[in-house]
Amino acid sequence: MTFDEIHPAGARFPVTRWSVLEAARSNDSSERARALDSLCAAYWKPVYKYIRLRWNRLAPDAQDLTQGFFAEMLERELLNRFDPAKSRLRTYLRVCVDSFVMNEDKAARRQKRGGSLPHLALDFAGAEQELGAATLDPSSIASPDSLEEFFEKEWIRSLFALAVGDLRTLCDEKSRERTFKLFEAYDLDGDDGVSYDRLAEEFGIAVTDVTNALSWARREFRKIALDRLRQLCASDDEFQREAKAAFGWHAM
Amino acid sequence: MRFLSDRAVTRLRDGADLPDLAGTRYRLLGQIARGGMGVVYAAEDEVLKRRVALKVLEVPGSEGNLANRLIREARVLALLEHPGIVPIHDVGTLADGRVFYTMKFVQGQRLDQYIASLASIPDRLRVFLRICEAVAFAHARGVLHRDLKPANVMVGPFGEVLVVDWGLAKILWQTSKLAPQIEDPGATVLHVPNSSSRDDSTEVSEVTGHGTVMGTPGYMSPEQARGDVASLDARSDIFSLGALMRFLLTTGSTDGAAASVRLERSLESICAKAAAADPAARYQSVSDLGLDVSRYLDGLAVAAHRESLLEKSLRFYRRYRFFILLILAYLAMRMFLLIFLKR
Repeated sequence: MTFDEIHPAGARFPVTRWSVLEAARSNDSSERARALDSLCAAYWKPVYKYIRLRWNRLAPDAQDLTQGFFAEMLERELLNRFDPAKSRLRTYLRVCVDSFVMNEDKAARRQKRGGSLPHLALDFAGAEQELGAATLDPSSIASPDSLEEFFEKEWIRSLFALAVGDLRTLCDEKSRERTFKLFEAYDLDGDDGVSYDRLAEEFGIAVTDVTNALSWARREFRKIALDRLRQLCASDDEFQREAKAAFGWHAM
Repeated sequence: MRFLSDRAVTRLRDGADLPDLAGTRYRLLGQIARGGMGVVYAAEDEVLKRRVALKVLEVPGSEGNLANRLIREARVLALLEHPGIVPIHDVGTLADGRVFYTMKFVQGQRLDQYIASLASIPDRLRVFLRICEAVAFAHARGVLHRDLKPANVMVGPFGEVLVVDWGLAKILWQTSKLAPQIEDPGATVLHVPNSSSRDDSTEVSEVTGHGTVMGTPGYMSPEQARGDVASLDARSDIFSLGALMRFLLTTGSTDGAAASVRLERSLESICAKAAAADPAARYQSVSDLGLDVSRYLDGLAVAAHRESLLEKSLRFYRRYRFFILLILAYLAMRMFLLIFLKR
């Protein structure tokens, strides 16, 4: 009897292909561009914030470097050189950023590249607001280790934010707007005073409806976040390690 | 893209960490423990209205090493029906993709916590014998535990002793009746010492952990610590039992009784023989180890220690102290009467 024969108690978790890295190595340029889009969506904010803090760059310079980094990734096919056996994709990208910023001090190269590659539409103003929104304490990230932690933390924030966006879309599609509002009120904006009872009263529904709605939303959020994460990993091992990092499943 | 505060990220993490029991017969009650492979929760079986322990893998997916290990652990448990081994109830995959199994909910203490309440050496040895019985049973069914340590033994409210966490268990294919039932092409094929069926040409492969060292330092046999999976057999668990026995005999009790105890030579010899560096110098079976401990408890000579005449006499005295004292009292009385009557 194989393991698959074990009767699942619920629905099977959907198996997703390793799309980003597969696409990045594809011969089709549109596929490669799609891979860059996905990577960009998950990583641009961590990269931008990292450059701002680790390299102590002013906002306009950091914006230019962030744009440049993703452009160079496409131009030099950096993802093709990624070896999942040696490191995680996240670590690889961070090291690439460091290397890129160091090289970028040679202004001539930046001039050479500028203008010939697509300019990504990134919300730098939003990222700057986040930087100023007491999300981090610069004095606490002085060491290289804490910078790595910072990058990881921002990457998780970015991944979760994308998943929340997807969840909102899913709720809209399924006409479950109220479910998303409950999720937003309890899990995203909730303070210590928020409770199922209070939400039930506020929305004029039974407490069990709040419980069920939140349970559904969390389940979907988890699925979406893991699905996105799976697309950003090169192997099952990496996926499991990253899932542990993202969801705080640290072995004790 | 919406900005998420640290608080929101933490809440999302906490929410996602809980197992999704939708579609199952279980209702989550709370977390009991978190280990390297998974988390154990208390849950209620809503059909049978009883509390169970639900062990769930931390990461999603019913494939991969960890999932295979958890499923395999469940299957090993299912076939080890013994009062000293926690019974399993169910195994499956949750809606969130994580593999889980449920087992009996054991209310009790871990041995390393419980031991403080046991002051006397014989009481501790009796607990140790119960552990030996469970391990001997597993070995008889062809299963090695490979992670025997105080934290993996539970003592229930009625004194029941249970060996838990069979996540690193290995199957001794030559003797195991489980082999056809626990299909695991990647399982380690192990030798049984002195087994008539042992064949030096037996193919040896190893998968679980891919040669990585798994176990607990201090309780792991030298061959296991070396990652020498091919040479592991029942004697590896016997090493762990030797270390566990030493722990039981030397760890302090709440009243400080056992802490100051200097081990008797016979007990010291049993521990030393069980935890010998060379597997050939150890007891060759858990039953032999248990027998030696029983002999000690009965005041008999133990196989692990060759006694001097003085030790033999002392043991003889301890064993028959009551009769010896009775005879001495009788003789003293006679002497007294003889002397008194002569006057």
